[in-house]
Amino acid sequence: MVQNIIEVRNLSKTFDISSKKPGLKGTIQHFFKRETKSSKVIKDISFEIKEGEIVGFLGANGAGKTTILKMLCGLLYPSEGSILVAGNLPFRRKDNFLKNITLIMGQKQQLIWDLPPIESFYLNASIYDLDKFEAKKRIEKLSDMLEIDNELYIPVRKLSLGQRMKSELLAALIHEPNILFLDEPTLGLDINAQRNLRKFLQRYNNETNATICLTSHYMKDITSLCKRVICIHNGSISYDGKLDQLLKKLSPVKEILIVCHSENDVIQIEKTGFSVKNKTKNEITIIVKNDSITSSLKTILNNFDIEDLFINEPPVDEIIGNILVKKDYGI
Amino acid sequence: MNPRKYLKVYINFLHTSLASELEYKANILVDLITAVLSLIGSIFLLSIFFQSNGNIGGWKFEQALIIQGIYTILNGITNTWFNPNLTEIVKHVREGTLDFVLLKPIDSQFFISLKKINPSGFLEIMLGFFLLIYCTKINQINLNASFLTLSLITLLCSICILYSLWFFISTTTIWFVKTWNATEVLRSFLYIGRFPLNSFSFSLRIFFSVFIPIAFITTIPSEVFLGISQFWKILLEFAVAMVFLFSSRKFWLYALKFYTSASS
Repeated sequence: MVQNIIEVRNLSKTFDISSKKPGLKGTIQHFFKRETKSSKVIKDISFEIKEGEIVGFLGANGAGKTTILKMLCGLLYPSEGSILVAGNLPFRRKDNFLKNITLIMGQKQQLIWDLPPIESFYLNASIYDLDKFEAKKRIEKLSDMLEIDNELYIPVRKLSLGQRMKSELLAALIHEPNILFLDEPTLGLDINAQRNLRKFLQRYNNETNATICLTSHYMKDITSLCKRVICIHNGSISYDGKLDQLLKKLSPVKEILIVCHSENDVIQIEKTGFSVKNKTKNEITIIVKNDSITSSLKTILNNFDIEDLFINEPPVDEIIGNILVKKDYGI
Repeated sequence: MNPRKYLKVYINFLHTSLASELEYKANILVDLITAVLSLIGSIFLLSIFFQSNGNIGGWKFEQALIIQGIYTILNGITNTWFNPNLTEIVKHVREGTLDFVLLKPIDSQFFISLKKINPSGFLEIMLGFFLLIYCTKINQINLNASFLTLSLITLLCSICILYSLWFFISTTTIWFVKTWNATEVLRSFLYIGRFPLNSFSFSLRIFFSVFIPIAFITTIPSEVFLGISQFWKILLEFAVAMVFLFSSRKFWLYALKFYTSASS
């Protein structure tokens, strides 16, 4: 049986946040007396993650995803509740725990700006107490997996964002951690760079059985990497389960695009009583419930002489975009 | 703590920061010229003070040069290690990159205090030592092992006090985020260390001994150098250095509990 590597029980986090009124008066008041309010950004959440799982944390901006990741890796102290990661209390940041994890943030970098990435890799290797031979072996292996070569010897400031992100990944993985915390790792990357990064993460997970906790606003990252998602809404978990189940429940319909020979056929299909999404001169898109797809197709094919037909899922981005603002999905 | 690992990491710190600095040759050249001009300027200023009165607070010009030498060494150490590293703490906290430091299996204080060096500060350290060697000649100081050991100990204590003060102020960044001005004030106070403690009024002497122990930093090592220091003063400096070092360490560990990281 696969072991739980992360166990979170009744976790809450409260921050003191100061607010400032607009204008000069507000600025002066803010300088002398700050109004701070305690804000509970994470509210009594519990979940477990098994070894080797890739879990996506979904939520709107400010929902609390990054705060959860930072508590899991030990950067923030929980206000209430408990966290166990690989048997450790993360906030104690013991060496054995730190050698087991890594945090990669798409918007922050740890590479030395004026030097080629290879220098940062060897520096990190010495921090993780790796000898030169072992470090060289790992750099070669990871650079091969990430498909980077010449970039290792070019100053970081001269690398493209995609090349830099690959180098960041290499620097963060040189100690071969078992648990990866990724906070928007594909932020700002072009489509190809995003795809390569996802390919790498999937391969890394397959080869090392590493556990990956991922937040991303690019739905493709979530759909292609995560079987399980945890949705966060205003600091609470609103869904924790399989992604495909969530999508099925939230999108119980399919779209059928029918290409007709004439405008008359389009009018006839519309009269049949289907729910019409949109129509043009020769095309009509109808929305059909998943459980009546077969009967609907039979009706169309038996009664109309159509030119072509396409069955589409509603766009995932649209579905997930909707769920990010909902508290309860009724699942 | 594994000393071998820390030595290896420090060698890597030296290597990477030297390589980073050498990327900008013109900057190093300007820093080197500034260091030489700054020393010449300071000696010139000191000579003006002593021109009208050959004796300030019981110190002759030749003796005051020792304080200048020690100040130059300490300023060199500040420019080589403290300035490039400890001012970066503000940046680490503001931009949230302290996260990377805290998640490494290495002491965070060691990492943020020693990661960078500014090689141009080395010249100042060398100039300071040359000035001290010159002072041993003009003050006819007899060099022996006990004298050198005591001088070195008091100098190391001064470095510890200066580092702790600077680190203490930088640590408050965790609550106040921007503390550039506070470290600038500390640097201004350090300039005061170029003059003998006795040259100030009684109240200022108390202030610079008790509240901001700048006086300890240069005056006591200089007195040891001249062979005029009392033993209790050396012990006091040692005690102050240990208390400061220990408190700054405890304060850092305490402050980290309040670190909230920057939002993404």
